[in-house]
Amino acid sequence: MKITNTIVEKHGLKPEEYSKIKELLKREPNFLELGIFSAMWNEHCSYKSSRIHLKNLPTKGKQVIQGPGENAGIIDIGDDDAIVFKIESHNHPSYIEPYQGAATGVGGILRDVFTMGARPIALLNSIHFGSPEHPKTKTLLNGVVSGIGGYGNCIGIPTVAGETKFDSTYNENILVNAMAVGCVDKNKIFYSKAKGTNKSVVYVGSKTGRDGIHGASMASAEFDENSEDKKPTVQVGDPFAEKLLMEACLELMKDNSIISIQDMGAAGLTSSSVEMASKGDLGIELQLNKVPCREEGMTPYEMMLSESQERMLIVLEDKKEKDAKKIFEKWDLDFAVIGKTTNTNNLTLKFESETVGEIPIDALASKAPLYDRKWTKTKLPEKKINIKDLKKIKLEDALLKILYSPNQSNKSWVTEQFDQMVMTDTAQRSGADAAIIRIHKKEKAIAVTVDSSANYCKAHPLTGGKQIVCESWRNLIAVGAKPIAITNCLNFGNPENPKVMGQFAECLIGLKEACEFLDFPVVSGNVSFYNGTNKKNIDPTPVVGGVGLIQNTKNKINHLLKKEGNIILQIGKTFGHLYQSVFFKEIYSITEGPPPDVNLPNEKNNGMSVLKLISDKMIASAHDISAGGLILALAEMSMSSEYGLKIEKPQKLSNIMEFYFGEDQGRYLVEIEPKNLQNVIKILNKNNIFSEAIAVVQKDYFEVLDEFKINTKDLYKTNNKWYNNY
Amino acid sequence: MNSSVIVFPGSNCDRDIAGALENLQFRNTMVWHKETVLPKSDLIVIPGGFSYGDYLRSGAIAAKSNILKEVIKVANDGCLVLGICNGFQILTETGLLKGALLKNKNLKFLGKDIYVKAMNTDNKFCNKYKHAQVLKFNIAHNEGNYFTNPDHLKELEDKNLIPFKYCDEKGNINEENNPNGSLNNIAGILNDKKNILGMMPHPERMIDQIISNNDGVNLFASLLN
Repeated sequence: MKITNTIVEKHGLKPEEYSKIKELLKREPNFLELGIFSAMWNEHCSYKSSRIHLKNLPTKGKQVIQGPGENAGIIDIGDDDAIVFKIESHNHPSYIEPYQGAATGVGGILRDVFTMGARPIALLNSIHFGSPEHPKTKTLLNGVVSGIGGYGNCIGIPTVAGETKFDSTYNENILVNAMAVGCVDKNKIFYSKAKGTNKSVVYVGSKTGRDGIHGASMASAEFDENSEDKKPTVQVGDPFAEKLLMEACLELMKDNSIISIQDMGAAGLTSSSVEMASKGDLGIELQLNKVPCREEGMTPYEMMLSESQERMLIVLEDKKEKDAKKIFEKWDLDFAVIGKTTNTNNLTLKFESETVGEIPIDALASKAPLYDRKWTKTKLPEKKINIKDLKKIKLEDALLKILYSPNQSNKSWVTEQFDQMVMTDTAQRSGADAAIIRIHKKEKAIAVTVDSSANYCKAHPLTGGKQIVCESWRNLIAVGAKPIAITNCLNFGNPENPKVMGQFAECLIGLKEACEFLDFPVVSGNVSFYNGTNKKNIDPTPVVGGVGLIQNTKNKINHLLKKEGNIILQIGKTFGHLYQSVFFKEIYSITEGPPPDVNLPNEKNNGMSVLKLISDKMIASAHDISAGGLILALAEMSMSSEYGLKIEKPQKLSNIMEFYFGEDQGRYLVEIEPKNLQNVIKILNKNNIFSEAIAVVQKDYFEVLDEFKINTKDLYKTNNKWYNNY
Repeated sequence: MNSSVIVFPGSNCDRDIAGALENLQFRNTMVWHKETVLPKSDLIVIPGGFSYGDYLRSGAIAAKSNILKEVIKVANDGCLVLGICNGFQILTETGLLKGALLKNKNLKFLGKDIYVKAMNTDNKFCNKYKHAQVLKFNIAHNEGNYFTNPDHLKELEDKNLIPFKYCDEKGNINEENNPNGSLNNIAGILNDKKNILGMMPHPERMIDQIISNNDGVNLFASLLN
């Protein structure tokens, strides 16, 4: 087949990229080779627009075993235990086919974790939908939530935390980010780097079909009115097959048969084989007629580009084939030797006896395009609103309206569709600042959370980037965990647009500054560009997944009120920043102005002090103050507990709305027994931390003095209504 | 006491149930579905999960597996058999327990804590519970909506073969606290001889205060009595 300009364009390659291919090959590629270049050089696989910025992120730390560049990041949590984790996007497929898109997103990220030898122990998700009124939102919400549940529930990994948000910016491009966390013996970690020539390359798992061909390329382009036509590029998930594959791989990993292992994710057989060879500085030769196929008459092109799920590629040690095969046969999975490692440094593809394609590995990997795209800075927006000019609203009415709003509503409708308890180590389920998973048969536990603040990032990417890292850090601290490291999923619009590229670059600078300051390195991540339709880009939505350690699960803490008469102390100063707040958006539809400022030294000082107080058992409950401000945080502490609160009015701030709804950063609420109060305040004073007693725990009623008094059960009901009415 | 936990491809509560049994010093063996011989067991547990992906119909394929032929034999001879969640579905598919588990009334997967009331404590599985005791268990299923014909339902009630019914925190049994639409709020049933128990809630998830509560411990402790 003659390669025409149209064919090149259909493969998502720019004319100059095609010229570069010819230069690297010193000839024209054939159709198969073109397909392979397209799969490896697209944004999703090559990170061609983002690499230059990503390299600035802090990725090292005392506890980091593996940073970005492998299937997932790994941290050391002591006693030879290591935690493997990563977050990944599956935005484009989920918009086209929500159930399968979301399900295979979960499946893909799980494979990244168990490929490294870890047994997955938790799943998290961050899902963003368009406005609830948009005609597609309900179907997408239903499909995505049941898809996430369908996969995780079946494979038997608890889905323990997440966030579900709505905003019109996602009307035509939803976000589905899935995070998986696993646990591994740090001496038995498996990597993708191949070693040695003439080693068997083995294909295991499900058969290859014609699904998902060019999935990664689809994920590297904007949507248009014909996006529905892309349905065949969405993969179909089979969690049952994945469960078998996981058990078989973990069984095989018990001895020393595996040299290198890589899951076939985006760009399937192509990227997995290239990755292994490239990292090992080797060549790889595949005999494509040996690939187990689901359908008859599949071409090499289809085999190399299929994104059929639940497949792995393994480089085996000599003489291990027989034993390995036995394990996969036990689990009724395909096992086929389809090639070998070579010293040619080429990807060599054969079908029967004919060589159907040959490409130097470095042309696909290290020599892939790298762009330093133009980007523009976002200025800090001005503060133009005078709160006194806004129509007055009663504090109670504003609170109830916010509690009923889709974004602040109780998410049980979502989380009840997930099995949170399977594996019986979930010590804190969703609904808290972070979830807690005990390490099986050990005292210690990890805390996990996933967070985003797209509106802050849109208003000022630099501040927004810092803020999400701090939010993640605070959420971990609020459950008593020492924050260790993060993974990130960077969801942005079209990188060829300098404004979008600027949002990306500046968010990353913010991320970097905060991660460095808090000693909270990035160990894995994923970039998703081209989120948008017909030139309308989504708001920048970096999502951060944080992991922390609790030395003894007994020392975990949550946000629920514990005892009548206890005192609520606010830690960190309230300035009353209302721009970009939930209050401005929900009550006045105001979305302008700067996000709250992030003060990293305060953040660190406040966080470390709260963590110390928790470990010294001075605190009965703790909660991070975030979106919705102080009053929402107080309401959250009451709603699911048996108690209410008597809340004092602010003494200094003139406007109570600023006091109660301001979203100033670096703040916590802690519940303290009266006998500990003086001591706690003394410690905080010594650490130069502002604190203020603002409420007392009481029975049944949530009340703000001189303002309103409401039964906590009614607050709870209001907060639970929206999803059930939707 | 010797126990065997049957493992199907797709079982995912097998490790959890084995942990619960081992905590109470059961000598437990995991038995792979392709086996044709059962180890000598006083108790056989069919765990939760998605056996064979639940692809045909929950439990339908597992009910036809090699090992189930053996389980049916010993169950008919009086061996204790406990089926939890998917295990309950499998038991109804084999006919060891009558009735069927239909899709939840809201047509969605349900993963949450619920309350059940101990209705019959005069059997091998529940003798350590107090009569009418309210227990907090966890459910996680798509198909937990118990259905049977009116004659069998009457028989279950008359012969007191319903050890657990869904209820509220105080033990009131009503439609509001029926999570999945089961007839008469049925959360679990016994066979006529009371040596087989099938239940949708997961007692093995309630054996540790740090994780949840201890309400499930007595189900396993009862078996040792």
